[in-house]
Formats: sequence, C-alpha cells, structure tokens
Amino acid sequence: MGYLNIKGVAENTFDAIVIGSGMTGGWAAKELCDHGIKTLVLERGKNIEHLKDYTTATLDPWDFPHRNRLPLQVKEDNPIISRCSAFKEDSMHFFVKDKEHPYVQEKPFDWIRGYQVGGKSLMWGRGSHRWNKFDFEGPARDGFAVDWPIRYDDLAPWYSHVEKFVGVCGNKDGLETFPDGEYLPPWELNVVEKTLQKRIMSSYKDRYVVNARCAHLTEPTELHLKQGRGKCQARNLCVRGCPYGAYFSANSSTLPWAAKTGNLTLRPYSVVHSIIYDSKKGKATGVRVIDSQTKQVTEYFSKVIFLNTATLNSNLTLLNSTSDRFPEGLGNDSGVLGKYIGFHIYRGSISADIDGFLDAYYYGRRPASTLIPNFRNVYKQETDFLRGYVSFLQAGRPAGNDNSGLIGAELKDQMTEPGDWKVNLSMQGETIPKETNHVRLSKDEKDEWGIPLLNISVDYDDNDEKKIKDFYTQGSEMLEKAGCKNIQTRDNNWAPGLDIHEMGGVRMGKDPKTSMLNKWNQIHSCQNVFVTDGSCMTSYGSQSPSLTFMTITARAANYAVEQLKKGNL
Amino acid sequence: MKRRKAVSTLLMGIGGAILAPSIFLTGCKSEKKRSEFLTDEDIALLDEIGETILPATSTSPGAKAAKIGAFMRLYVTDCYNKKDQQVFIDGITKLNVLSNEKHNDDFVELTSSQKQQVIKLLDKEAGEYAKTKKKGEQDHYFSMMKNLTLFGYFSSEIGSTKARRYVSVPGRYDGNVPYRKGDKAWAS
Repeated sequence: MGYLNIKGVAENTFDAIVIGSGMTGGWAAKELCDHGIKTLVLERGKNIEHLKDYTTATLDPWDFPHRNRLPLQVKEDNPIISRCSAFKEDSMHFFVKDKEHPYVQEKPFDWIRGYQVGGKSLMWGRGSHRWNKFDFEGPARDGFAVDWPIRYDDLAPWYSHVEKFVGVCGNKDGLETFPDGEYLPPWELNVVEKTLQKRIMSSYKDRYVVNARCAHLTEPTELHLKQGRGKCQARNLCVRGCPYGAYFSANSSTLPWAAKTGNLTLRPYSVVHSIIYDSKKGKATGVRVIDSQTKQVTEYFSKVIFLNTATLNSNLTLLNSTSDRFPEGLGNDSGVLGKYIGFHIYRGSISADIDGFLDAYYYGRRPASTLIPNFRNVYKQETDFLRGYVSFLQAGRPAGNDNSGLIGAELKDQMTEPGDWKVNLSMQGETIPKETNHVRLSKDEKDEWGIPLLNISVDYDDNDEKKIKDFYTQGSEMLEKAGCKNIQTRDNNWAPGLDIHEMGGVRMGKDPKTSMLNKWNQIHSCQNVFVTDGSCMTSYGSQSPSLTFMTITARAANYAVEQLKKGNL
Repeated sequence: MKRRKAVSTLLMGIGGAILAPSIFLTGCKSEKKRSEFLTDEDIALLDEIGETILPATSTSPGAKAAKIGAFMRLYVTDCYNKKDQQVFIDGITKLNVLSNEKHNDDFVELTSSQKQQVIKLLDKEAGEYAKTKKKGEQDHYFSMMKNLTLFGYFSSEIGSTKARRYVSVPGRYDGNVPYRKGDKAWAS
C-alpha cells in the first residue's frame, strides 16, 4: 500500500472525505459541498438512485407473490433480519442479509443494517423530535456517563436549519419537555385519538398527548420543491422509497442536493478498512478503501474526514484504525472507544378496546402516530429507576371483529366492514450508559475483506426492567382513565438492536481522559476526524435520535468548514 | 368418482344409508399416493373450500374468483414449515373423509348446502381445538385453511377492490369521516 504515485495521489485527494452515505453522511456531504468543499463520499454498498431504484414503490398488495410476507427460506436464511418488522417482501432488498456481513453476538443483539447509498435513511421510522434540555442535562444531574459538552441551546439553531431542509410536519405544542421547531402542517389525529388526548390530558397535569413530528412533506416549501420533492400522498409505503420524494432520505434530499453543487464525488462499493494516521503530522491523512467488487485497495486523501457509517460500524472503523500512536484504535487514548453502547427499550406495548365511535372512520393512510413525551423523572428523580420513556399512541378500526364461528356470507360481510376501534400504546425507553455494554474486535474472525468481525456485548439491566414495568402500570392506568377496556400488556422480548437506535461508543465529552470527541465532534487527539453519527452520543435520551444525529452533523460540518477556511485543519 | 357415486347411490337405494362409509373410502381418490406436493386437483378442492368460507355474494365475487386455491398452494409451499405443511396436506384428506362420512362423497362433488355443513362442522371443531391447543402445537388444519382464505382473499385484487375499498394513492388524510353501517373497510 505504500506506493508513491504523485498523479494517483492527486487524483485521490479531496478537501474532505465522508465515510458513509446515510442519514448523517448525507448531511455532512450537503453542508460541506454547499460551502465549496470538494467532498468524496464513500459507501460500502451499491448505489440506490432516487426514484429509479425504488423497484417496489408503486406495486399493489396483490403484486407481491406472498402478499408482502416472507417465504420460509428467507426467514431460515436470515433469522436476524427477519425479526425486523420493516423487513418484508416489499423492502427486503434494502436490508443486509445475515450471511452477507456476519458479526459475533456475545449477548443477543439484532444488528439491523442497510448497506447502500442512503443507508437506513431509506427505511427509517421518520420520527423527527428534538431532544429537550433535560436530555442533555441527564448525565450530569443523575451522575452517570460523563457530562455532555453541549446543551440544547447549542443545537437549537441547527435543529431549525435541519428541520427546514428535511421538512418536518408537526404541531407547536409549547411544552418544555417537547421543544418546538420549524414545522409543516401536522397530520390530523383521528376521532378516537382526539378523545383519548382530551381524556388523558384532563386526568393528568403533566402528561400530554401530541402529534408525533415526522419527516413528511405535508405542504412542501420552495426549498423542498427545489430539491425535486413533492407532497405526501398518505400511502404509508415509505419503506419502499417514495415516488414523490415526500419523506426525507439522503437519496431524495441531501445527496442529490450535494451532487448539484458539482463538489460531490460519490463512490459506492467502497468498504473502508481504516483511517490513515500520520504521526509526524499529528493528524489523519486519508482513508484506506477496499473495492468490494474488485477487492483492490486504494487510498484516498483529504484534509478533513467525517466518519458516518452508523453507530456500530463507526466504532469498528476506529477500533480497526491502529497505528504506533494509537495501538488501541484511532483516538482511543482514554480507552473508552467501543464502550457505553446504548439503545432504546421497545419491549413494552399495551393494547386495548374502546367502545363507541362507530359512526366515525378515517380516509387515507397516515404515516404517523401520536406521542406522549416523557413524564418520568423530568424535573427531579421520583421513581426507583433512572430517566424515562416516550409512548406512542394510536387508534384505528381494523376490518372485522372476532370471526370465530362465522362462515360463508356472514363471515364475509363481517370481514368486509371496519370492526370496533382498537387502541395501541407502545414505549421507547431511555437506557443508561454502562461500560460493560460494549463492542470490540474479534481476535480471530475476519470478514471477506480481512476486517475483524465486530463482537457485540450489549444487554438490558435492572433499570430497564423496572422501566418496562412502570410503562405497563402507567400506560394501563392512562388508558383506563381514558375509558379503554380489555387492557393487555405485552412484552415482545426483543433483543437490543431491533429498536435500530443503537448509540454511543465514541462519546462526546469535555475531558479527553473519559471521552473520545470534543464539543465539535472532533476526536480529541486527532482533530481533523469528526464523528457525527449515533456513535457520538453521550447519553441516549428517550426521543427518536435521527434528527439529533443530523443536527449534530450539520453543526460539526459548518465548524469544519470554518476551520478549513482558517487553515486550522 | 362417478362409479363410486353410483355404488353409493345404489346402496342408499336399498336402505344402506347406515353402512359404514369407511368401506368406500379405500377407493377415495383423495387417499391416493401424491405424485407432487399439492396437485392441480388440490387447487380445485381448495378453491371450493375457500369459496364456501368466503362465497360470492350480491356485493362481490368470492374466494374462488380470487384464485384462492392457487394462492394457498403457493403460500403453503413457500411459507409453511414442514410440520405445518404436513398438517395441511393431511387436512385435505381428513376433510374428504369427513365429507364422505357425512354426505357420501368427496367435498368437490357436494351441493353447496352440503359443503356449508361440512365447513361449519370443521370450523366448530377447529374452534374447540384452538381452545385446548398447547403453546407450540400446530394449528388445526381447518384454521390454516380459513386463515389463508381470509388473508389471501382480502389481499387479492378482487378482495381489496371489490369486497373492501382500496385507494392506491389516497392523496390526503382525514381523521374524521362519517361512517354508516354497511360502508366497506379500507383494504390496507
């Protein structure tokens, strides 16, 4: 690899390299390119071109041979990815199959990945909620992990910047626990949800049922039209890629925008082996890439590098970027790299019935739900567990009721009409960073590119179990007060990972002795490398994290531009 | 079949209605050795089973028009595990045994009211089985057939667009539209 080819080096040299083309890689690319920075984006998977490669987007249910369910062979070949609720006949092609990229599970962990241009931004849940100030104050107040080097106010203007471009629909609710942003008109709550909202909010002083905020263009602005994106048509088939570009993905938004500047070079099939560190210069000089088709190794060079391969792969890349200066992984002077991996608790849900409202129905397929922001331990510690949870509330009228005993025309008539209203409440709980929840490189197993496999060792703890129980108690009580019946709790027994909200391992912090990144997401000891995906998170909050990842990325990228222009990087 | 039907009619004619029907079952074609997993004959039978579960009515075509038999074969072949497949295949035979017990003929040969009687009996049997079934045990074969009929029919083009209402591109969401008894449910 140590060749000297001046022309080759020049051809392979850019101002910036972004590793990863998904949710945050797309944002890094857009911000850098917008500021005239010649940027190379490396993606390990294939290209997925907006519209052209959404092969299932306009199919009807009956166009799928198994009507969108999974053949047994697919399940048997892919026990891990088959457990992901979004992995179906219409979306299989966007997910990594089990055998393609193995990993080691020291403890059960379902690692859900999308190796393609756009990454998981193609299939994400689209919830776009700002974290609140309490989320960033959590570790310092409750004495876990390390203090965040930033606060809500540091991110607030960048949240606005990202929301305007992404297009987030929602309501301004004026709640301290659910900070408002820049919103397009929200989706309406249906009749029963409005009733539940009224009843729950009149039963509690501190619990609010609000519109979830999500990345859908309910009313595109000039900025969205300029991106070539259109209005959401309420099909709720987002996971296939949207033919209207109505939900946000890197493919529909940031990447084509970056490409239009003329500053973007996108290279698919580029597996990053490691980041190259030059001890004389005291910084990273480039990236070592293996072409996944030809297996050829190429080095690319730049002044600044953004690492955005999603939480666990960013950990892996840094752990695998060793040098004399950094034998334990790039920037890992503190020894915390790979440690304090967190996730969100999705195990608990509650179903219920509600009488009445049989003269009401709805039209269209709303791609969103309602949400109850966390109300636990917000202002002070008040339970026997730390932190809290967000709850998602939804009501609907599925076709038909209990059909046991019915056959023939009677059965058909019954299943042809909407049944009684059903209510569902599900949790998204914060986990507490722990050193023992970690990833490390396998000592003996390697993948087909010669890169060590990632060994994942992440588990629930007592705090999580208590939180799930509390959700059952509080959730059931809220539904009961709202007039629901037949309230049933359910534990889906998901392993960590199925939430697809894994975070941490390369955490931000004030002190280089206990953290990897500074407040601008630079590696403390290698400041031209920025890590801005989920791996940078110091704690995990209870709100969906993607909007915060994007916001942190936009902020860091603009800082990098400033520093580049000042000649500091 | 015709020959056996004649024999059975003859026996009925001489007051042989109480003759054990199992005597005739040895010649029943549903017990012949299978050359393939699910045959075209099975599809015809599954079409009839499906049509009895979800028949054509004044408002919409039935499961047969939605090619439910072919769908069941594909789904059982591709999506069922070996054990469930066996329960399903054995179920086809059992269903014909019952059909012969009750009406002295294979299911496909029965009148529609006889078919309904058989299917209602089986629905009851499967319902009771489901109540005592232990976790991890297989479903009753008729539950499989009923569930596949419901799923296959209502996800078909006919079931989606003729029985329920299907709008491929709704264009908007309205959280409160009036509902009158009889209005159809959304297909998806």
